[in-house]
Amino acid sequence: MELKRVVVTGLGALTPIGNNIEEYWDSLVSGKSGSAPITYFDTEKFKTKFACEIKNFDFNEYFGRKEIRRLDKFAQYALVASDEAIADSGIDLETVDKYRVGVIWGAGIGGLETFQEEVKNFANGDGTPRFNPFFIPKMIADIAPGNISIKHGFMGPNYTTVSACASSANALIDALNYIRLGYSDVMVTGGSEAAVTQAGMGGFNAMHALSTRNDDPEKASRPFDANRDGFVLGEGAGALILEEYEHAKARGATIYAEVLGGGMSSDAYHMTAPHPEGKGVVAVMENCLRNAGLNPEDVDAINTHGTSTPLGDVAELKAITKVFGAHAKSLNINSTKSMTGHLLGAAGAIEAIASILAMKHSLVPPTINHETADENIDPELNLTLNKAQEREVNVAMSNTFGFGGHNACVLFKKIEE
Amino acid sequence: MSDIASRVKAIIVDKLGVDENEVVNDASFTNDLGADSLDTVELIMEFEKEFDIQIPDDQAENIATVGQAISYIEEAKK
Repeated sequence: MELKRVVVTGLGALTPIGNNIEEYWDSLVSGKSGSAPITYFDTEKFKTKFACEIKNFDFNEYFGRKEIRRLDKFAQYALVASDEAIADSGIDLETVDKYRVGVIWGAGIGGLETFQEEVKNFANGDGTPRFNPFFIPKMIADIAPGNISIKHGFMGPNYTTVSACASSANALIDALNYIRLGYSDVMVTGGSEAAVTQAGMGGFNAMHALSTRNDDPEKASRPFDANRDGFVLGEGAGALILEEYEHAKARGATIYAEVLGGGMSSDAYHMTAPHPEGKGVVAVMENCLRNAGLNPEDVDAINTHGTSTPLGDVAELKAITKVFGAHAKSLNINSTKSMTGHLLGAAGAIEAIASILAMKHSLVPPTINHETADENIDPELNLTLNKAQEREVNVAMSNTFGFGGHNACVLFKKIEE
Repeated sequence: MSDIASRVKAIIVDKLGVDENEVVNDASFTNDLGADSLDTVELIMEFEKEFDIQIPDDQAENIATVGQAISYIEEAKK
């Protein structure tokens, strides 16, 4: 059976550095940090007191009083970003065959704030289980695509992928494969996360995963810098419309890029630590190249997982050198997490979008906050430090790796008309 | 309007996001005020909390309108 070609025809983003695609891209290329002191709760007793929050977006206005009560933040973010992507795609919601439109969404955790508040209420009570009837349906990770389908009437495949920080890359790959295999014509995909809560910050702090650079939050996310000390938690959503190529062409859609392939692997090593030799990371990039039918030399740019953790960043670059050999030095390598922070289950989506926009604009967003070279990193690698670089990008790779050892990688290519 | 009636109506306005003037005694939660099954359960829980009463499930099933809620609570608080 011949696989169908799949293209990207719509984008949407709600991020700590921009509340739509245009703002997001402007911030990415100007090297803006989304990190600032946490406004959501009192951080006095928390080791880390900053994060990359969504800013200046009126969710009450967007959803209305009745609707917003029924949605955890991660589902609100999902709806905002997917609304933008659907509108951007220009798909006619009156005429499209909605049985052929699915939603596959990524969320690493789901409704963490809802979970936290409901359990807190119960623990503070007299033992009577007075849980709100919306507790479970607001909190479950699959409710985001559920709500997207309810809003627009999309009746194709619908579920959430959960693989921590790789979740939305896994969603993208599943969406790609379902269109390739003919299950759907159109897939709304992407991911969202809203873990900047007491439970989220406290939990990641306990793992020593977060930066504690409280005196300078904007400089805290510094992938590849010698003085990096952990990731900066972010929140938000990214959405992509994937569409079967002939379907997109027939309706005269604007095509951003072709999704050439996806790779998946597992470290099979440790719950949270990366494999020191990056074995699973090597495998995921090799799998992705094979799936896309490309050679390493075909790739121009890689948006790394690059979370700004001491071990992960080095292991990933070593793996890139292993997979790409001498060509590694010709790549534009970057980490947009230096600006957005780490959006966990939404990371794969917003980073794939950054890769696609880099191809569109022939401009690779920078890895900001780099001050001191790490002696464990090959200085000949082009890490796109501190300033965006002009570059004709025909093929872009986006890497994401999740706690649990989940690795997912996606390759995009400029469309040949 | 009794104190109970005004408190019941305030809860309904808040939870269902409806206009105060829609919340009349014979308005049905599901047919007139746009509530679904989850909203209805939440309303009952809010009444229990606000008035410090217990509404057993078999009786909650009979509370379908604003007026029925007010009479039930007035009776329970006697």
